[in-house]
Amino acid sequence: MTTSILLENVTKEFTLRYHRTFKEVTVAKARGVKTSDRFNALEDVSFKVEAGESIGLMGLNGSGKSTLLKMINGVMRPDNGTLLTRGRIAGLIATGAGFHPQLSGEENLVLNAAILGMSERELKRKYDDIVAFADLGRTLEAPVGHYSSGQRARLGFAVAVHVDSDIFLADEVLAVGDKPFRAKCMKKMMEIRDSGRTLVYVSHSPASVEKMCSRVIVLEKGRLGFDGEPKAGIHYLEYDTPDSDNEITDDEMGNDI
Amino acid sequence: MTDIATDDLSRNPEDIPLKPPSADNGLFAVFQRHYLLRLLVQREISARYQGSFLGLMWSYINPLTQFFIYWFVIGFLFQLHKDLPNFPIHLFSALILVHFFNETFGAGTRSIMRNKALVVKMAMPREMFPVATMLVSLYHVVPQVVVLVIACVLSGWTPDAVAVVCLVLALLIIAAIGLSGALLFSAANVFFRDFGNIVNVLTNFVRFGVPMMYPYAMVHDRFGRFADYYLLNPLADAVVLFQRAFWVPTISDAEMAELEARGDVIMPDNLLTHGFVALAFCLVLLAFSQWVFSRLENKIPERL
Repeated sequence: MTTSILLENVTKEFTLRYHRTFKEVTVAKARGVKTSDRFNALEDVSFKVEAGESIGLMGLNGSGKSTLLKMINGVMRPDNGTLLTRGRIAGLIATGAGFHPQLSGEENLVLNAAILGMSERELKRKYDDIVAFADLGRTLEAPVGHYSSGQRARLGFAVAVHVDSDIFLADEVLAVGDKPFRAKCMKKMMEIRDSGRTLVYVSHSPASVEKMCSRVIVLEKGRLGFDGEPKAGIHYLEYDTPDSDNEITDDEMGNDI
Repeated sequence: MTDIATDDLSRNPEDIPLKPPSADNGLFAVFQRHYLLRLLVQREISARYQGSFLGLMWSYINPLTQFFIYWFVIGFLFQLHKDLPNFPIHLFSALILVHFFNETFGAGTRSIMRNKALVVKMAMPREMFPVATMLVSLYHVVPQVVVLVIACVLSGWTPDAVAVVCLVLALLIIAAIGLSGALLFSAANVFFRDFGNIVNVLTNFVRFGVPMMYPYAMVHDRFGRFADYYLLNPLADAVVLFQRAFWVPTISDAEMAELEARGDVIMPDNLLTHGFVALAFCLVLLAFSQWVFSRLENKIPERL
């Protein structure tokens, strides 16, 4: 097996700034109040993902999932430790990542594809497929600023799944789509998984993680809490115990992520 | 999954090296991804005059009105440079470069902030944005040069080979120094918005630091042997080079003889040497800016 993603003691530190202006900083310093604070969004995280594995990345809000995904994507760099990946990376980090509200859907589609690393030739070949998958009809000609969050997600997802990648990242992609589109996305993601690509799937939905993933990594306040079987991971997070006060389950809320 | 099986995946996975996902950054990576760069430049150009009726015409109107203001105040009200042949061409050729630099520097500094959404979420060389701004500014230089060439031809322009070298050299100097300023300040602007205001202050000086409203001959006359220090400013070099390309070839032999008789030094000695040294300096500055940018870049996404 070949290693697809390798993390060794990865730490990412964020600086919290309480005061920004000269006046505020001077006043704070005079009073002896801290002007900034540091905290570790990720602390000493190490794991290894083999090519073709599908990883469910779970954790409570603010546990560092998105930061980790951004680092794997190459948007952020770790402050300490090493993070290595093999091959091209594509995927969606938050819905409709980086769309330009004034540009039309078509223009954004082209730009987004280029940002994800498609060449002109590749895009020409896949353009019709992407448009068909997004299934937005004439809305595609309107500025993205007028899109609903679901429509944005459709467009973003359509582009991302058509990029030839070795690693596919998915974060909160399906949360806003309607049911038919969610089903289509799940199918596509399973295809991606079965085609031997590495999949990193961030989700709060135990059902979809169990269905999609062969391994679960749980982050807890920036640290690696659990790494292993999906069922055990979900149990570790206590996502399998139904909430006694609120009997509404994931499926009833229609919340896939 | 026929659409996924392509050249990229048919490679043996072992052949692809394990590397940091953010490795391919820097100015070289920007030009490797020329398709994306082209799209960004196109987007900027179409976005700049979006919703405007006159559109690209503004690229002509803006510098032309500036030109007429300067010409009216300096040439007509102050009655300066009456003895300088074709002063309007002298003025306009300088104005084009000043405009090019200020646009690159100013808009380039704001470029990272303006493209926040992309910078925070997508992995791409962030130098892309300052570079795209520079290219957009360069694109807007073209119509202005067209106007200038028409004016030059009407005034009896007889360019030589040196003029062409000077033209290219001048544009390269401005592009390099504008881009390095944009790189430095766009990254700094993320941390403190003050840098955007500093740029506004700096660009105010540019008009006076180059021989635009006054001829180089005046600098030579007043500064004497210190005139060489004036030429340490790469912007001044670029402007003088540009005037060598456009303004000097419009001066007739009789006018030239008159200027020489008066002892006016309209162009510095060893102009091309000055130009090449200035370009080399700007390229070093660009390398330095890239180095600073790479160091600051690490913290950009979390500060935006």
